[in-house]
Amino acid sequence: MSKEEVVLLGFWASPFCNRANIALAEKGVAFEGREEDLFGGKSDLLLKSNPIYQKVPVLLHNGKPVCESTNIVSYIDETWPSPPLLPPCPYGRATARFWADFIDKKVFDGGNSIWKSKGEQLEVAKKGFLEILKQLEGAMGEKDYFGGDSFGFVDIIAVPLTSWFYAYEKFGGCKLEDYCPKLYAWMKRCLERESVAKVLPDPEKVYEFVINLRKMHGIE
Amino acid sequence: MAHEVVLSDTRMSMFGMRVRIALAEKGIEYEYKEEDLANKSPLLLKMNPVYKKIPVLIHNGKPICESLIIVQYIDEVWKDKVPLLPSDPYQRSQARFWADYVDKKIYDGGNRILLTKGEEQEAAKKDFIECLKVLEGALGDKTYFGGDKLGFVDIALIPFYSWFYAYETCGNFSIEAECPKLISWAKRCMEKESVSKSLAHPHKVNDYILQLKKKYGVE
Repeated sequence: MSKEEVVLLGFWASPFCNRANIALAEKGVAFEGREEDLFGGKSDLLLKSNPIYQKVPVLLHNGKPVCESTNIVSYIDETWPSPPLLPPCPYGRATARFWADFIDKKVFDGGNSIWKSKGEQLEVAKKGFLEILKQLEGAMGEKDYFGGDSFGFVDIIAVPLTSWFYAYEKFGGCKLEDYCPKLYAWMKRCLERESVAKVLPDPEKVYEFVINLRKMHGIE
Repeated sequence: MAHEVVLSDTRMSMFGMRVRIALAEKGIEYEYKEEDLANKSPLLLKMNPVYKKIPVLIHNGKPICESLIIVQYIDEVWKDKVPLLPSDPYQRSQARFWADYVDKKIYDGGNRILLTKGEEQEAAKKDFIECLKVLEGALGDKTYFGGDKLGFVDIALIPFYSWFYAYETCGNFSIEAECPKLISWAKRCMEKESVSKSLAHPHKVNDYILQLKKKYGVE
């Protein structure tokens, strides 16, 4: 195998970065992970590699940058085809992309609106978030994973976001597992995989991080 | 194998236009169903229960939703002719990046121009032009975003060209004056029948927006 240079610019708490981490681990691709200091000062390499958004994650493959986490996971899947993360048939792939896009549009913003709001707004945020999780449970149906029998593309897009759920529970004053037991069973199944367990941050640490974020946003 | 292809859509939708262009590029015959968004059909609600939006491509009875996902699906099913995405994974990632940029910036950016006034509208115009200039940068000296041939990013962006007249009229500015390269690119795209037949006429789009504004009491 030719020598390849793979660098991932990331941040420990970012679910988006962790998507790329998990995908690379699933493919057995050796890479150098570089932690960015998002609040102290972004590296020149990051700013140069992602001039449009100046955000992590950025995957650098032999120096060429790929940006936007779902795009990075697709790139990883296509560049290192084994084991495949997307199903082989076009309809299955379209369905996977649809749910990955739904997760991208709804889950992070939906969950974060819980710790960003208070009072009446908080109740609205909680209700909205639970509805989103229920829709995801519906998408999974009776399957073990979003992709069916095996861990795949949508699971990789979704599972890193779950490390923020404990923080949402603390600020929302609710236990999400009571509302979405199927989703929590799926989460536990995913955490049995080494690629996931080694990558995902401790939810307690994420909670502390969110407490700081709230302060930075000037929320009491 | 007989293919049954149905497109649930509305004539003015730039997202629907993307799908129409892709189907035309591939020479696929299909049944077009115009939706009344004020009175959505049971078919649409059944085929897109999550968002209840058009476009929806229904292929042999199975629905595919979200315009860029539909275009990729079309490219993968009818893969033997007119590839819309490049074959190289890195080039594909760049195409997806720019199509996603169009999705993130252009629709909302254009709407801000249509729905605001005064200083807010001036800011909206400025932001919109900046985004178009970024896209001009991505186009560079190429004939199309896809290179020599119309590709994924061209298909993602060109439908918005049919809305430019409405943005310009509402905002009282000229996009061509600020982004001549982009307008040249747009005119090149419009020379292709797959594009010119799929886009709504800019004056009709403008009339449609004026009607909508009146209906919802927006000045």
